[in-house]
Amino acid sequence: MDLNYTPEQDAFRQEVRQFLENNLPDDIRERVQKRHRPTKDMIARWQKILYKQGWGASNWPEQYGGTGWDEVQQLIFEEECAMAGAPRQLDFGLRMVAPVIMKFGNQEQKDRHLPGIVSGEVWWSQGYSEPGAGSDLASLRTTAKREGDHYIVNGQKTWTTLGQHGDWIFCLVRTNMDVKSQEGISFLLIDMKSPGIDVKPIIMLDGEHEINDVFFENVKVPVENLVGEEDKGWTYAKYLLGHERTGLANVGQWKAMMRRLKEIAREEKDDGRPIIENPRFRDRLAQLDAELRALELTVLRVLTASSGPGPEASILKIRGTEIGQRLFELAMEATGQDALAHIPEALEPDYAYPVVGTMNATSAAGDYFNMRKLSIFGGSNEIQRNIISKLVLGL
Amino acid sequence: MNFELTEEQNMLQDSLRRFLANEYTFEKRRKIVESGKGTDETIWNALAEMGLLAFTFPEEYDGLGGNGIDTMIVMESFGRALVTEPYLATVVLAGGLVRDAGSDAQKQDILPAIASGQKLMALAAYEQGARYNPANVQTTAKADGDSYTLNGRKTAVIHGGQAHQLVVSARTSGDTRSEDGITLFLVDADASGLTINDFASHDGFRTADVELKDVKVSADAIVGELDKGFPALEKAIDQGIAALCAEAVGAMEAMTGATLEYTQQRKQFGVSISRFQVLQHAMADMFIQTQQGRSMAILAAAYADSDDLDARREAISQAKLLIGQGARLVGQSGVQLHGGMGVTDEMFAAHLFKRLTLINLLFGDADHHLGKVSDALLDKIA
Repeated sequence: MDLNYTPEQDAFRQEVRQFLENNLPDDIRERVQKRHRPTKDMIARWQKILYKQGWGASNWPEQYGGTGWDEVQQLIFEEECAMAGAPRQLDFGLRMVAPVIMKFGNQEQKDRHLPGIVSGEVWWSQGYSEPGAGSDLASLRTTAKREGDHYIVNGQKTWTTLGQHGDWIFCLVRTNMDVKSQEGISFLLIDMKSPGIDVKPIIMLDGEHEINDVFFENVKVPVENLVGEEDKGWTYAKYLLGHERTGLANVGQWKAMMRRLKEIAREEKDDGRPIIENPRFRDRLAQLDAELRALELTVLRVLTASSGPGPEASILKIRGTEIGQRLFELAMEATGQDALAHIPEALEPDYAYPVVGTMNATSAAGDYFNMRKLSIFGGSNEIQRNIISKLVLGL
Repeated sequence: MNFELTEEQNMLQDSLRRFLANEYTFEKRRKIVESGKGTDETIWNALAEMGLLAFTFPEEYDGLGGNGIDTMIVMESFGRALVTEPYLATVVLAGGLVRDAGSDAQKQDILPAIASGQKLMALAAYEQGARYNPANVQTTAKADGDSYTLNGRKTAVIHGGQAHQLVVSARTSGDTRSEDGITLFLVDADASGLTINDFASHDGFRTADVELKDVKVSADAIVGELDKGFPALEKAIDQGIAALCAEAVGAMEAMTGATLEYTQQRKQFGVSISRFQVLQHAMADMFIQTQQGRSMAILAAAYADSDDLDARREAISQAKLLIGQGARLVGQSGVQLHGGMGVTDEMFAAHLFKRLTLINLLFGDADHHLGKVSDALLDKIA
């Protein structure tokens, strides 16, 4: 047992840090560090830069154009990217559909879809949840009916993050009504330019357009877009969720946010003194700092286990999202009543009016509101506790 | 970065757990606790034979050259079985102090005797009213030619009544709360003027209050340097905290396991109560806290030997903080989920709960350690 990084891992960290210093464009870094949403162009530009370096897919094996890095290297990479102010890479292609295509897709699907994901040219969306199928995902009702060489898809998907930019969407659809709900589901890849698809925005409580409803009306999908076998989609869906959960611990992002929160605690004033001097506030920060450290160690423990990550990954989702939410809660509370103002334009570089309070306050409450999603998406934290009860504790 | 145990460590863990499962059953433990002796000769000799008492001592003093991770493995196994033997007091605290700060003669004299199981020791560091601050020392040691005369009272001396020899912190100079001016003395249990008031603690362990009235010791009883005993004392306490963290993780794991088993057996409304989601989520939270605790026990073990003081203090306090809180949640939930049985002496869970509760109170509770990391944070970023 050794908690130190090896000299090779330290050298790797230096290499990543140097690369970020030389290659992360200033406009992107500034925007991310201000906690302003990166634009589509920025995310695409950054993905292209990483792709050219050969680092487009840190979690993929080399044979598909990935880096082939081990778990610890991936974590180091994510942490350095977050600390440097790089935008988050898009999970939907890289961490969700790609592992499924690699494991269950055919050669043609791999050749067709993986290159566009790693280069960032093709944006993917996730078509899992439906208005009537959230935590009970298997009750989904979007149907795909085989007609000749095509499936005809009808139904609605919801909470589709960045669906407004999506080129393709991977969907769970019902192909068999006569069997138990989990047994009649298939995994389809659908071109979002297909006729009959309609994407409608859902505005979140922070006023932002991040998620969407996606409607399917007699959408024709070629049968070659079926991944694996018909009616076996639930197995692939669960495999994907397992991958998603591990990533949801978000340690690198939260470490960057913790560093920022400590700066905020020094900058924001409480009766004329830095809020860090207020023992009630500081204790909560110190508590969170300890919990984040425990999360980091637990992630390393789970990911480096020789048996590979199992259903314990649910712990990481629960703890990661709880800690993330509290980081933003404390950041908001640090700014006090300055967080009241809702002036999203103040984050724009050309905003000419005085800001309310410090820049820390501009995104504070909005971020806090937005982050309530963390304990809800990717399988709500209550569902994660069900998973632990059932699959880990055997109840 | 590697969290795997070595082959030897795996063997140590397996054999110790097997030994405890066979020889340290709940019933056997109950008899040992009821004897009031605070230690069982057969068990202690067996631990000595397994090499456990020598594990973390250097090879030249009959030790095996182990480290904090080895202590973690031992203490975690003890936690699962609620072993009440004086391992923490003798091997980790007093033995560790002599190993790290003692003279060659002291090490020769003491470490092999501990390793063979012949010598029990205890650390008398805390005082009434000082609560968790080991630098708050009112016990005095006055130089008198070539000897010292000690006067004062020590409290919460774990296994003090069983020890053949104590390590006592006393003030040789400086103000009451000053870290400077603290000296550590070896004091034989039969020294004249020394009164050891041995009592049972709620968790089945033995603890003692110690009174020193004109106790005379010679200058070669000083462990480490005159006036400069505090850093060694703090390090020994930090190693004790790391050991307790590991013990707590073992007890938390045992509590989670006992609760899973009980709720599956217990039937109400015609089904096992483990079928109820409200109980399932409580058990999931116990599991999460135990896993988080395990991560922090590893952190504490890894830093317990460190001489990077700031890093060690941070790691130790973060670990004790989260483990203190986790022990509370797991202990209370375990009792709650056992229902009425949980508050009976009959159930192992009740004993796990008591030990988990008292571990939080030893060497600084969660609030104390939160205060320490919180103040360190202020120094770091203000």
